Amino acid sequence: MNSEHNPIEAYPHWWRLLFGRFTIESLPLHEPIVVVTFLVVALGGLAVLGVLTKYKLWGPLWRDWITSVDHKKIGIMYMVLGLVMLLRGFADAVLMRSQQAIAHGGAEGFLPPHHYDQIFTAHGVIMIFFVAMPLVTGLMNFVVPLQIGARDVAFPFLNNFSFWMTTGGVVLTMMSLFVGEFAATGWLAYPPLSNIAYSPSTGVDYYIWALQIAGVGTTLSGVNLIATIVKMRAPGMSMMKMPVFTWTSLCTNILIVASFPVLGAVLALLTLDRYVGTNFFTNDLGGNPMMYVNLIWIWGHPEVYILVLPAFGIFSEVVSTFCGKRLFGYASMVYATVVITILSYLVWLHHFFTMGSGASVNSFFGITTMIISIPTGAKIFNWLFTMYRGRIRFDLPMMWTVAFMLTFVIGGMTGVLLAVPPADFVLHNSLFLVAHFHNVIIGGVLFGLFAGIYYWWPKAFGFRLDPFWGKVSFWCWVSGFWVAFTPLYILGLMGVTRRMSSFGGTEYQPLFVIAAFGALLVACGIGAMIIQFAVSILRREQLRDLTGDPWGGRTLEWATSSPPPPYNFAFTPMVHDGDAWWDMKNRGHQRPVTGFKAIHMPKNTGAGVIISAIATVFGVAMVWYVWWLAALAFVGVIAATIIHTFNYDRDYYIPADEVARTEDERTRALATAPAPTPVGA
Amino acid sequence: MSARAPVSDDVHVEVVHDHHEAGHGSRKGYVTGFVLSAILTAIPFWLVMAEVFTDPRVTSLVIMAFAVAQIVVHMVYFLHMNARSEGGWTMMALIFTIVLVVIALSGSLWVMYHLNTNMMPMSPGDMRNMP
Repeated sequence: MNSEHNPIEAYPHWWRLLFGRFTIESLPLHEPIVVVTFLVVALGGLAVLGVLTKYKLWGPLWRDWITSVDHKKIGIMYMVLGLVMLLRGFADAVLMRSQQAIAHGGAEGFLPPHHYDQIFTAHGVIMIFFVAMPLVTGLMNFVVPLQIGARDVAFPFLNNFSFWMTTGGVVLTMMSLFVGEFAATGWLAYPPLSNIAYSPSTGVDYYIWALQIAGVGTTLSGVNLIATIVKMRAPGMSMMKMPVFTWTSLCTNILIVASFPVLGAVLALLTLDRYVGTNFFTNDLGGNPMMYVNLIWIWGHPEVYILVLPAFGIFSEVVSTFCGKRLFGYASMVYATVVITILSYLVWLHHFFTMGSGASVNSFFGITTMIISIPTGAKIFNWLFTMYRGRIRFDLPMMWTVAFMLTFVIGGMTGVLLAVPPADFVLHNSLFLVAHFHNVIIGGVLFGLFAGIYYWWPKAFGFRLDPFWGKVSFWCWVSGFWVAFTPLYILGLMGVTRRMSSFGGTEYQPLFVIAAFGALLVACGIGAMIIQFAVSILRREQLRDLTGDPWGGRTLEWATSSPPPPYNFAFTPMVHDGDAWWDMKNRGHQRPVTGFKAIHMPKNTGAGVIISAIATVFGVAMVWYVWWLAALAFVGVIAATIIHTFNYDRDYYIPADEVARTEDERTRALATAPAPTPVGA
Repeated sequence: MSARAPVSDDVHVEVVHDHHEAGHGSRKGYVTGFVLSAILTAIPFWLVMAEVFTDPRVTSLVIMAFAVAQIVVHMVYFLHMNARSEGGWTMMALIFTIVLVVIALSGSLWVMYHLNTNMMPMSPGDMRNMP
């Protein structure tokens, strides 16, 4: 949209009162790429709605999923959300890689700069907030209560509400594609560019409200999981007997609770600047844009550890399971995690060394940044020593782990290189930086999540994923990653800056073409992964796992059936050792088959999705300056919340004979299951 | 591991809550807290309105000290925090929060002070008075 002439001027007063600044021109009908995308999305959406109606799935969808307070189902919904958004974020990546492969030596490419700016912004925002965060939160949601032997999270309704608030943020971001536009500021929306004077259209407002609404969900889910881990561990599970994934989840959620309020506050200040004309981050009247950069990185740096710590936890579980050994240096792993949690708050300035601080500030933050690589390095050695003399089974999760170690170490080393302020002055804002953070986020977080998905899929659905297509996906992803990002390292060293939509000369083109080919390989990896899911679902009877423990697992989630019953464990397990399930198996654990009791459970509720939907409407109204709707929705959120507190119909009992029926079924399944694969000592 | 005698897990375990949970306070506690808060609010008002100190910087420092005291009063009397509540978790969370707040505030002040010293003066007044 061109912001020079404002089409709203031509509209009558009642229109503005009713629709705010929304105009017919806000629909990007003049951009063929967007129109075609919209048609495809609309047709796909209609097809899904049609299938749901034809097979009468609306009722089950509402009863069993949308209103569910079961942490397992919410976890799965988070995963679906993250994977769907991965496709959207990757589509943005493909657009960028192809644009930069074409637009050299005077060629403009197919994306005008203003559109290109929105694409790289959307790519960053979506990949961090709506891919990595939902996938991480989803795995924590699914796995943590099972690993600590709990029936659900501490606040099951809050969990459902958190998920739908995250989805509300996704809805706003996706909506900006077709109604109005998204921010064109880069993923952190630095002022003064993001202030009203330079970004007058809806883009930054979509950004602000999407992140605020999703941020509420993230913070509450952090509170929820901390309370779960602190208060609901099975008897006997002291802190130092917790599985490492639970430990890293605890630290991640502490980071979430401590850092997301900073993001909320800094976005609120930017909102005030944009909506009521305050001057927190403007250039004059005492405002200081640098304060925004400072504050948002106080959230932003812990955020990268929020993402990577659970991945470290996944690798720890995978390595010890697939090497058939207790994790080497459990205590040092825990201390390293805690040290990273604290240190992650001491390094934020390394994101803006070039901002103009003096040598003492820059050297302080440079040194703290280098120090944080020490506990991370200790973790790598712990994994290596766990593998040493282990009987390693190279199933897919283990392959992802090895690929992670090779990739992440290189990403970490380029990170330490960037931590040297003089080097950063040369490399800041270059493609070297872009290559570095993709190296650690893809090589660390995403590889970890893929390992986790393959590892815990049988627990979630009762059948394994097809290994062949998984391996195709693995090799495409890993090789694609390196083909896509090695050229960016080289280009960065040659001095190419990030976020360019075209280049004057042609000297960089070959490297960009190679990078685009890498993106193509990654596309094959994503395609193979989708085929893998489809093939596995079709062949689920052959891939069926009746034992509930397909990998020879060590932690409590493998003690129950796959998929676990709604109540997870008929009896709360007693924990005597770290690697509780391994210990139980070694002591000849006999599954209790009688004496079941009724189980107290939380009841499903539609309040979460309803309140979040109203909150999303509030966001849309604020974006478009539809003040009456915003006021109405705001009151609606508060009213719906208060009304929900009067809902006393919150729990029910699963009767003892139903528990007995479920457990008897499991007993029969276990009897027919093949003997579990023998694994190392 | 194998040295331990096999223990049957077929035991019905009622999850035992540790009884160190935070109390909900007493009437006396709330009244004490309220009176202390009122006093700690009234004194700063008096300091400003009666202009007790000539230097406003002294006044603001003293007010900030009262604010910190106010926070402590709220935590003790209204949030019922002590070293033992919730099995020590409350205290641990408090220490962690204080560490982070100190890092964020002192770090921001240090960083922004450096920027103000090192970067060009940019306020409109400074711009107008530039040579």
